Amino acid sequence: MASKSGIKIDLHNVDRSNDISQPLSELAPEEALKHGSDYLKGGIELDLIDEITAAVDENNNKLMKFHGIYMQDHRDHRDERRRQKLEPEYTYMLRARLPGGVCSGEQWLKIDELGRLYGDNTVRLTTRQTFQYHYLEKDSLRKVMLGLREVGLDSKAACGDVARTVMSGVHPGLSKLHKQVYAVAQQTSDHVIHRTSAYEEVWFGEAPAEPRGDGEEPFYGRQYMPRKFKIGFAIPPSNDIDIYSQDLGFIAVASRGKLVGFNVTVGGGMGRTDRAPETYPRIADVLGYITVDQLIPTLDAVMGVQRDYGNRRVRARARFKYTLDDKGVDWVKAAIEDRLGFEFGATKPFEFTSNGDAFGWDTGDDGLEHCTLWIENGRIIDHPDRPLMTGLRKIAQTGLCTFRMTPNQSLILGDVKPEDRPAIDALLEAHNIAPKQISSQLRANSMACVALPTCALAMAESERYLPELITKIEGILGKYDLLEEPITIRSTGCPNGCARPYIAEIALTGRAPGKYNLYLGAGFHGQRLNKMLHENVGEEKILETLDDALGRFAGERLPGEHFGDFTIRAGIVAEVKEGRFFND
Amino acid sequence: MESQASILTTAQWEQINQLASTLDREQAIWVTGYLAGRNSLTPPTVGVPADTNGNGASGAAVNGGAAPIEAPAAAAPAARLATILYATDTGNAKELAGMLKGAAEAKGITAQVADLADYKVRGLKDEQDVLIIAATHGEGEPPPAAVEFFEFIGGKRAPKLDGVRFAVLALGDSTYEFYCAAGRILDERFAELGAERLIDRVECDVDYEDDADAWIASVVDAITPSATPAAPAVNGTAVNGTAPAEAAAPSTYSKRNPFPAAILENHPLTGRGSTKETRHVELSLEGSGLTYLPGDALGIVAQNDPAVVDALLGELGLTGSETVSLKSGEQSLREALTTTLEITASTPRFITNWAELTGSDRLRAYAEGDVKRRTQFLEEHHPIDFARKYPAKGITAEQLVAGLRPLQPRLYSIASSLEAAPDEAHLTVSTVQYNLYLRPRVGVASGYLRGLTDEHTVPVYISENDHFRLPADDVPIIMIGAGTGVAPYRSFLQEREVREATGQSWLFFGERNFRSDFLYQVEWQEWLRNGTLTRLDPAFSRDKGGRTYVQDKLRLRGAEVWDWLEDGAVLYVCGDATNMAPDVHATLRDIVAEHGGKDAEAAEDFLHELKRDHRYRLDVY
Repeated sequence: MASKSGIKIDLHNVDRSNDISQPLSELAPEEALKHGSDYLKGGIELDLIDEITAAVDENNNKLMKFHGIYMQDHRDHRDERRRQKLEPEYTYMLRARLPGGVCSGEQWLKIDELGRLYGDNTVRLTTRQTFQYHYLEKDSLRKVMLGLREVGLDSKAACGDVARTVMSGVHPGLSKLHKQVYAVAQQTSDHVIHRTSAYEEVWFGEAPAEPRGDGEEPFYGRQYMPRKFKIGFAIPPSNDIDIYSQDLGFIAVASRGKLVGFNVTVGGGMGRTDRAPETYPRIADVLGYITVDQLIPTLDAVMGVQRDYGNRRVRARARFKYTLDDKGVDWVKAAIEDRLGFEFGATKPFEFTSNGDAFGWDTGDDGLEHCTLWIENGRIIDHPDRPLMTGLRKIAQTGLCTFRMTPNQSLILGDVKPEDRPAIDALLEAHNIAPKQISSQLRANSMACVALPTCALAMAESERYLPELITKIEGILGKYDLLEEPITIRSTGCPNGCARPYIAEIALTGRAPGKYNLYLGAGFHGQRLNKMLHENVGEEKILETLDDALGRFAGERLPGEHFGDFTIRAGIVAEVKEGRFFND
Repeated sequence: MESQASILTTAQWEQINQLASTLDREQAIWVTGYLAGRNSLTPPTVGVPADTNGNGASGAAVNGGAAPIEAPAAAAPAARLATILYATDTGNAKELAGMLKGAAEAKGITAQVADLADYKVRGLKDEQDVLIIAATHGEGEPPPAAVEFFEFIGGKRAPKLDGVRFAVLALGDSTYEFYCAAGRILDERFAELGAERLIDRVECDVDYEDDADAWIASVVDAITPSATPAAPAVNGTAVNGTAPAEAAAPSTYSKRNPFPAAILENHPLTGRGSTKETRHVELSLEGSGLTYLPGDALGIVAQNDPAVVDALLGELGLTGSETVSLKSGEQSLREALTTTLEITASTPRFITNWAELTGSDRLRAYAEGDVKRRTQFLEEHHPIDFARKYPAKGITAEQLVAGLRPLQPRLYSIASSLEAAPDEAHLTVSTVQYNLYLRPRVGVASGYLRGLTDEHTVPVYISENDHFRLPADDVPIIMIGAGTGVAPYRSFLQEREVREATGQSWLFFGERNFRSDFLYQVEWQEWLRNGTLTRLDPAFSRDKGGRTYVQDKLRLRGAEVWDWLEDGAVLYVCGDATNMAPDVHATLRDIVAEHGGKDAEAAEDFLHELKRDHRYRLDVY
């Protein structure tokens, strides 16, 4: 097979020493764990009834991720409980699968109810357009999953080495196109979801009709993917799903309002490890164009290549992005095309302008109204002066709207008939949750992961800190008249990148309590990685650096120039042209 | 050392070593002579050690089951054998029994001591002088370990006791309705059975020391044959005129001379959100020479809360600087109320005293009326509540203290093992907190301990508990406990871990909430991992999943519990005496009936037998 450049690609001349062709004993221990787990059943059921501990064992915890569940513990209480000779305050995070982020009012009411009953009266919207509960007790997990099932939801594949919940751009203004893309995203989700009956067996006590055998997972097999695999659909000009961060992305191409095909992107990914230069975030490559009816074969081909050639020896190098860099983009593309039996078409022109959300009411091209609510860091909770959770429940009870979670952790009250808008507005006002002027466009374009106190990986605060940091940065923005300037800022408590920090114009990733790496220079709509400017610094240094950079930006920017672009042009940070040079 | 060890039990050898370490040269020589001389007079101990435990946990059963031992010729011909029986709960009766024995022997009387828990009842009719010191437990019951004896003596099989002489010292707590009931029952029953009362029964409150001393003196007088020469019959070759009883007194710290133990740690075990507070307190015994065995308790000599003292003084219009004279000497009133007198529990004496001071007919009616009503009234009225509701105008300091009894030490089961934590004693202390008349009240000792830091010391002593001992290392144990009732089990497992004991162990633990109240959770988990603990069944009564108590878990595991019993397991029950222990007992009876194929009566007999064999042991309060 020949690539476009005409260079002959030998598909068989490839290093296979790290992939699934190797014996389990040669691979990362997770591979043997998956292989021996009876298709993800493991010993979870026994751990669930263990009364001595609220924890599950390490291996079962890894398997539970495939079922959408992470064991966590209340980090604020860890030390106190150690002195009390009590085990850490283990609870569980359960993340649902919600392709495209869309749910009905009825589903929202159940989501709300479960959060109130078992999740400490809160629900967290995530950066992958779904929701998760924290603080669930081990005893509550089955009840929550049963509750979700009652309204047709589940928590499959919210985590684990499988295709994760499938994202889809929400674009309220292009309602007709959104409907078509959303339908395809849902179809994709159904296609890539793992099939194991262990989920029903463990959580609902439904023993399979016959023992699970080789046919259980026709695509995945016993070892599933080498690592997580993220799929998303973007609807230009909005890059709200951050297509460049997805393992496999589809950029919708429409002709006169009708979805006709996709530009396909591969190899995006955020996760990295501090002081491990072999790990890095990576911006996806655009491979070319496919038509809508080529979508399913493309899913199989792309995922098949990663399944078969992905690195299963070194887990830190198991994401698809490393496969692309290890084998070469051309080789991967050829391997995909070989499986497809056809070549990608030439990339169709597309343009992204932003990866953020526009807040407030918008009228779709189908005549229905959509109200995007800014939910700070996706946290649905009753604030003392702003009963957000209650207000949304009241709105759901009217049955006048659908709910759509955005990739920026916002919430859209969608598909409202114009005549019903006053009723929704009245409820928004009554609960003091109506979209109002946000204090700055920096805040409107901000995103933080959960981090402390629940996330086991967090090394520093994120959700609990970013809002107050932004307040301080707003002091600087005000000084330079930049409060209305859209600038993206994201923070995470660790380098793994849940809030997609490496494509934000300003980013913080936690290193230690109060200490962060500071990055600048990403593309405004997520098309370019940022660059670390300072390592392991505190708030004072962060503010000092931003004051300097924003001050220069205000004085020296070109018309329409974004802050990230400016910091590169001004030489404040170097441009990162490819992920593998991120750590240079 | 082996030769000694083979002659003596380990426990005896430890005791001798312990004593020897406290003796100076002169004392050592005297003791050598004393023991040599004593040996020629005292009958050898009959009976077997109560326990087969190699670490010396035993209450050596002294028993007159065989014919009474004839007095040696050297003693006065008229001398009779004195058998001192005690029923102890907190160790006080045992201590007094030892003192009585010493005092009797000082008069040349041969005396032996036995715990009623171990005493072989069939020998009773052959006794000569039976001197009983009996504590009352809870609501008028005998100490749990002595229940068998009480049932025997009260039943149809009780023998005629013609020719037996007896005397009873009854210990009790006057804040309870059935004050000194155990001693009273024995005193009346012995008389009914034809025994001759040597002296009238004496009943002592928690400040028993003086009354008990007087009773000991009287009873020794009563059994001393008038012909006996004043010179001690037990008079070895090297005796230098020192009375043996005095010399034998331990020179280490004791209840009367507590050791100031430094606080090493003091923090809550209960997590946030708990409906209670249970603390872990670690104390240093370094330099005290105090030793204990798993199962023993630590006596805490607590002080009253200065705020409560101030409040009481304020209510009464007293300054605290008044001088009062107490048995212990003169003290300022404030000091007396803080360190010496009980001010958070009222006694019948207090109500009588207050009725006189105030002239209140109502109080007089309570003082002289129905005991049950009075007891309840006392429970609901601390001295400060009397002061508030029945003001005693112009009361003097002396008048106040006349109604108060001495502040008593509090006992806590030790939650550590010296093997694992040398020179330390750990306690599991539940902070007693409640409201009375809308005002928060805190338990004396638990409140006192809560306020201490590692800069403080606490006066402590060891209170032995021979009824709650580990069996031999290879014997399986089933430990049942609720709340702070797990304290001794922590001690047991620490001990067994260090000893690498091979016996299996099973803990049934009950508390309110899993998340906040799983006392010592990580330690049990570790012991489960390393095999020190074989099984653990927790029961939580206030979790969302429903109320589960230890007896529910026992019942659930009934078949296996029965298997363990068949394999010789020893059962322990520790904690609440009011509800938990009876519920557990009833459940055990059902388990024995169901899985052992017995009817209810046979099952009850089976449990009685377990108790008799020291395989069903209680430490309840």
